[in-house]
Amino acid sequence: MVQFIIRRLIAMLLTLFAISFVAFAIIQLPPGDYLTSYIASLAATGDQVDPRVIENLRAQYGLGEPYLVQYWKWLAGILQGNFGSSFEWKRPVTELIWGRLGNSILVEGLAVIVMWFIALPIGIYAAVRKYSLGDYLATVAGFIGLAVPNFLFALILMYLAYTWFGTTLGGLFSPEFETARWSLPRIWDFFAHAWAPVLVLATGGTAELIRILRANLLDELKKPYVVTARAKGLPEWKVILKYPVRLALNPLISTIGWLLPALVSGSVIVSVVMNLPTAGPMLLRSLTTQDMYLAGAIILLLSVLTVIGTLISDILLALIDPRIRYGAK
Amino acid sequence: MPQTPMAAKPLLTINDMSIVFSSPDEADIEAVRQVDLTLTPGKTLALVGESGCGKSVTARAVLRLLDRNAKIPSGKILYDTGAGPVDIARLNSDSLAMRAIRGAEISMIFQEPMSSLSPVHTIGDQIDEIIVLHDRLNKKQARERTISLLDQVGVPGARDRANAYPFELSGGLRQRAMIAMALACTPKLLIADEPTTALDVTTQAQILDLLRQLQDDFGMAMLFITHDLGVVAEIADEIAVMYLGDVVEQGDVYEVFRAPKHPYTQALMNSVPRLMRKAERQRLTPIKGTVPSPKDRPNGCAFTSRCPHAFGPCAEIRPQRTMVSTGHTARCHLLTHEKAEAFA
Repeated sequence: MVQFIIRRLIAMLLTLFAISFVAFAIIQLPPGDYLTSYIASLAATGDQVDPRVIENLRAQYGLGEPYLVQYWKWLAGILQGNFGSSFEWKRPVTELIWGRLGNSILVEGLAVIVMWFIALPIGIYAAVRKYSLGDYLATVAGFIGLAVPNFLFALILMYLAYTWFGTTLGGLFSPEFETARWSLPRIWDFFAHAWAPVLVLATGGTAELIRILRANLLDELKKPYVVTARAKGLPEWKVILKYPVRLALNPLISTIGWLLPALVSGSVIVSVVMNLPTAGPMLLRSLTTQDMYLAGAIILLLSVLTVIGTLISDILLALIDPRIRYGAK
Repeated sequence: MPQTPMAAKPLLTINDMSIVFSSPDEADIEAVRQVDLTLTPGKTLALVGESGCGKSVTARAVLRLLDRNAKIPSGKILYDTGAGPVDIARLNSDSLAMRAIRGAEISMIFQEPMSSLSPVHTIGDQIDEIIVLHDRLNKKQARERTISLLDQVGVPGARDRANAYPFELSGGLRQRAMIAMALACTPKLLIADEPTTALDVTTQAQILDLLRQLQDDFGMAMLFITHDLGVVAEIADEIAVMYLGDVVEQGDVYEVFRAPKHPYTQALMNSVPRLMRKAERQRLTPIKGTVPSPKDRPNGCAFTSRCPHAFGPCAEIRPQRTMVSTGHTARCHLLTHEKAEAFA
């Protein structure tokens, strides 16, 4: 097991190295750089910039240098913990992203927990009572949840909240708590704001999870070991929870790792619509303005999360499924 | 347990049981039309028949392990609990009374020892569970019992193997573990649903020996389901032959093998190859035609469409159970008509 993890860690580092290279290349793909889009936006508002100032800036940021040199500088900086600074915000990238990432992980993490809490019992019910009224209701609700885009659901929710209760849903904190330290009132304020985005973000995933769980469980329920468990004299609910549900969860657990990057990037549109201070909108904005160090840092962190998530999945799966644990030898 | 005269008292009696499967799109299918069986402690009854004749369904009905769409509309499954008979056919399948019988009084071993054990739980866990459930021992005591059971069914290194997962064991060892699980609470009846079909021949013989020896030790009754007449000869005291949902003949195994009365039993015996010198060899006589679907079953004797002796009443009138000799019965019009002619 230890050897397995070490091998995975080495592979992880190589993967990350490759990803950083590609990510940096993709960020630079659009013609021009931050300064050209900066000049363009200034020109659009009628301002003029001295070309010499631009040249100075370009030299200062090393934007005129060849790709490999730029990449190397960037990577060397990261290895020392310096992600560079954002052109647009004029602040170090590290200062900018941690708060945003924290918010993302908090909101989306809550959404995932809500998702599992709702989907698990409904999925099990739908499979065990296949073709019952409850199953059909879960199916219909599930397909609606899958089909309605999250941002639309967010808009509807905001509209209803405004017309019925006169409240505006949006943001994660009231202004007075925006920069405050965590305290009980701030937590309360957070939940008062966060329930709506959490609900919105959870719907699509819940529906998907119900469908997958139902399909997996239907397969498992037909297996002979279920009959064996019944033949032991166990009560039906215990038979189902201990055996087929346990096996039906395996494929779901193997994809838990993919949730990590989705936690950060999965909610861009909802975050824009609901004005959430999460990492998604920031990534979008940095890409459109060619704010390359900020975009690069976020993309790199996303891939780190993906790779770590995959590792966690692998380890979890090996822990719960002995066939994988011993097969790895 | 020494054999006592009480042993002749039946443990489980199935009377005129039928099993119907319903489906939303089709007409109901009567998979089992008419089954009478009697099981006595210490004896093995072999239930024989082709695939799809209702053997497994019958066995599962005894434990009420049938799918939700199966019903037992008529007949009785009387189980002698010691405090009077219980009609299993009328119990709710997830009721406390049924669950107290399942695993503790009547237990079952299955055909596929691989897929019948949970792949993600150790053998020991799966056996411990049934002991904890019925005998209310704590985990540690249960594990000790599990280990001695595994030892008893011939699993070498039982203490270590209890921590093994099913995929780490061979087919024979898995089936032994399955048997240990079935015997964990010393049941009075063991139902074995083709327990040797998935095993190779040498392992098969070992498992049959083991079952016979365990029956001597535990004194339980055994309902042994198979389509292999060789296995029947090996293990059974009595035999019941099923065809398309009907038990057509039942009796002492030697008696039935020596003088089968029902044309289907006779045909079955003739279709088994025998070892003979070349000069004495005869061609096998297969049963003509194929088994019809239960939907197309004749109202009378189910075998009518393939029976070489079929005559007047066969297609429409269900033959009565006729006693051929002590404990040997068959359902065939030929038997009653011979008698009728003899009386005339």
